[in-house]
Amino acid sequence: MLKTFPIGGIHPPENKITSSKGIKRMPVPKVVYVPISQHIGVPSEIIVDKKEKVEIGQVIAKSSGFVSSNIHSPVAGVVTKLDKIIDSSGYKKQCIVIRTDVKNETNFEEIDFPLKTKIELEPKEIIQRISDFGIVGLGGATFPSHVKLNVREDKKIDCLIINGVECEPYLTADHRLMIEKAEEIAVGIEILLVALNINKAIIGIENNKKDAIDIFKKVTQNNTKIQIAALKVKYPQGGEKQLVRAILNREVPKNGLPLDVGVIVHNVGTIFAIYEAVQYNKPLIERVVTVTGKKMENPDNYWVKIGTPIKDLIEEVGGLPEGTRKLINGGPMMGKAIKNTDVPVTKGTSGILVISEEEASRGKTENCIRCGECVFVCPMGLEAHLLMNLAEKGMFEKASNEDIMTCIECGSCSYVCPSHRPLLDYIRFGKNSVKKLETAKK
Amino acid sequence: MSNQPIVISASPHVHSDRTSKKLMYDVVIALIPAFLVSIYVFGIGALIVTSVAVASCLLFEYLIQKYLLKTEITIGDGSALITGILLAFNLPSGLPIWMIIVGSLVAIGIAKLSFGGLGFNIFNPALVGRVFLLVSFPVQMTMWPTAVENNTTISDAVTGATPLGIIKEGLMFGDTMTVISSKIPSTIDLFLGITGGSIGEMSAIALIIGGLYLIIRKVISWHIPVTLLLTMGVMTGIFWLINPEQNASPLIHILSGGALLGAFFMATDLVTSPMTRKGMVIFAIGVGVITVVIRMFGAYPEGISFAILIMNAFVPLINSSFKPRRFGSKIKSKIV
Repeated sequence: MLKTFPIGGIHPPENKITSSKGIKRMPVPKVVYVPISQHIGVPSEIIVDKKEKVEIGQVIAKSSGFVSSNIHSPVAGVVTKLDKIIDSSGYKKQCIVIRTDVKNETNFEEIDFPLKTKIELEPKEIIQRISDFGIVGLGGATFPSHVKLNVREDKKIDCLIINGVECEPYLTADHRLMIEKAEEIAVGIEILLVALNINKAIIGIENNKKDAIDIFKKVTQNNTKIQIAALKVKYPQGGEKQLVRAILNREVPKNGLPLDVGVIVHNVGTIFAIYEAVQYNKPLIERVVTVTGKKMENPDNYWVKIGTPIKDLIEEVGGLPEGTRKLINGGPMMGKAIKNTDVPVTKGTSGILVISEEEASRGKTENCIRCGECVFVCPMGLEAHLLMNLAEKGMFEKASNEDIMTCIECGSCSYVCPSHRPLLDYIRFGKNSVKKLETAKK
Repeated sequence: MSNQPIVISASPHVHSDRTSKKLMYDVVIALIPAFLVSIYVFGIGALIVTSVAVASCLLFEYLIQKYLLKTEITIGDGSALITGILLAFNLPSGLPIWMIIVGSLVAIGIAKLSFGGLGFNIFNPALVGRVFLLVSFPVQMTMWPTAVENNTTISDAVTGATPLGIIKEGLMFGDTMTVISSKIPSTIDLFLGITGGSIGEMSAIALIIGGLYLIIRKVISWHIPVTLLLTMGVMTGIFWLINPEQNASPLIHILSGGALLGAFFMATDLVTSPMTRKGMVIFAIGVGVITVVIRMFGAYPEGISFAILIMNAFVPLINSSFKPRRFGSKIKSKIV
């Protein structure tokens, strides 16, 4: 029997149209737009000036707090502007604009390092390097990775879980990376085991990626530390809490972290970035992005420099098709809709999804028929219909008592509601209001 | 780029293809087998009662929404159609037409629209209509045209009691089950539906087919029907084992008196049943127990309509008392 999490979950159409397409390299953009806030935490501090020449991989904005991260120049070129531009959040954010120096050969070198399995660094040095090279969680949450690895003395960790679930429909970036870089990822896992001083890691992969499961089984067959867990296909299994529950049968307490049950979770993409940083001193200046959509001409997976405008990606796959209604940064369940194709790819961009009228339009909101479907699918055991009602009526304290803050915003409730009620929209509103109330109390 | 604008909205950006309307029409489809059996058994009478109930439910919903409430007309959503069919299925096939119309008015006007329309009603509208008629016109509501002989005409009141009615009466007059069982249809006939009773309640097989369809299509879950029938089976089974001469067997109880219609189609009504699995089980146990108590100790031979309505009233309480287990609320797991 395949493992999975026990409560809730849905199975939306997978639409993984790019799953068999190898990762190609996106042409180096003429101009990159690098936001200084690409991670959860304090925005980085800009340390370059206008008109300054920068080398590829040079730190251009440095970490400015405990939870923060360095940002490196994705290209060699000249800083043309320090400007505010709209990023995928929809807000204007401070950003470093760099014009690529087309004569500088370092911009066009095909960086494909040979496999290097020997781990030379001490745990502290590994964590320092992960911090120096700007590694953040590439699964979408963009939490600075070194912070996760600095485990407090009183917390005992016994297992590292690698998130290769990629439960979002359409996205195949992690899937391709697992197939093409399995050996490197295995080394990356070893590096983290050294850093954490533990000897057990489990890679969780959903059963719709059998090729990736097979490759990892082969790569790790003589490795007693790394196990593979094949998981039943169910959304949102890529959620940390769901994944830990599915693989280890441990339940992260309410408002707690995987750390509280002895686990640290990292995404496969992050592991690969850690491998390159630790073994080859490569900062996080590019990532894999799936550019996809049912009506796209050539949907595909690409290595993309951070800061590349999304319009470059869309042009590369054949432009926006007729009838495009939505552009999404990420997958269809949790991704953010963007209005403007000037928005740059950041460390958290796992995919660009283009969807048409038929898929994009929301049905007309009708009365709740009290079918309870939103309750049955909630992976956190919440009652979405009730939370929406309470948020709508402004009863935030009650909503808080009904655990509104534990909602992971996976969207399963809105997805299944036969009356097309905007459940998650109201729950988000409720969560924000509860947060405001709590800050006001303090 | 196309001339239509790019839109922005919060996630999720896709939706399943389930709609309320599709759920409603699935219920209608699931009721077809029972309807066909009723026409076979009761003939044109079943057709007339059902058509009148459906037409008047739709008409009352239209008239009340248009002229009294002045709100959007929702007769196309399928819910009034279901109320009409289910009301008819709970009526005898020879009922005077004006009574059917009154029942429809009570179901739609009072039980549904007075509470705020679809989704806001506390009680199952069809059952409210039925119980209103039963209480107001007890004689007409228990004149059951007997099966088959009455195939072509509804005017003459050739009536016979329902199996449960015969049992109740027999036991009251001191007969034993051995004597009584010769007067009621065989288990096979009950299973197929060759018996007296309300239009849609007789054929066990047709109702089970419809119920399974609803479960397979995920319109309803198994929790309510299975728990309800199991509760009835266990409870009547205990009485039957203690004294088989004074109590009908569990099989008779489950196959007759609308138990299956109630279990699959009335108690499972999405709007008026609980919204959590735990709640559904509690609700179904309640319906089962009350049904058996009414059948065995009450004045009426049948009791599931009352039982469902009583438990409908408890649903808000059940919903707020039996919540799903929150993820992470109990820490069972320990670090290995």
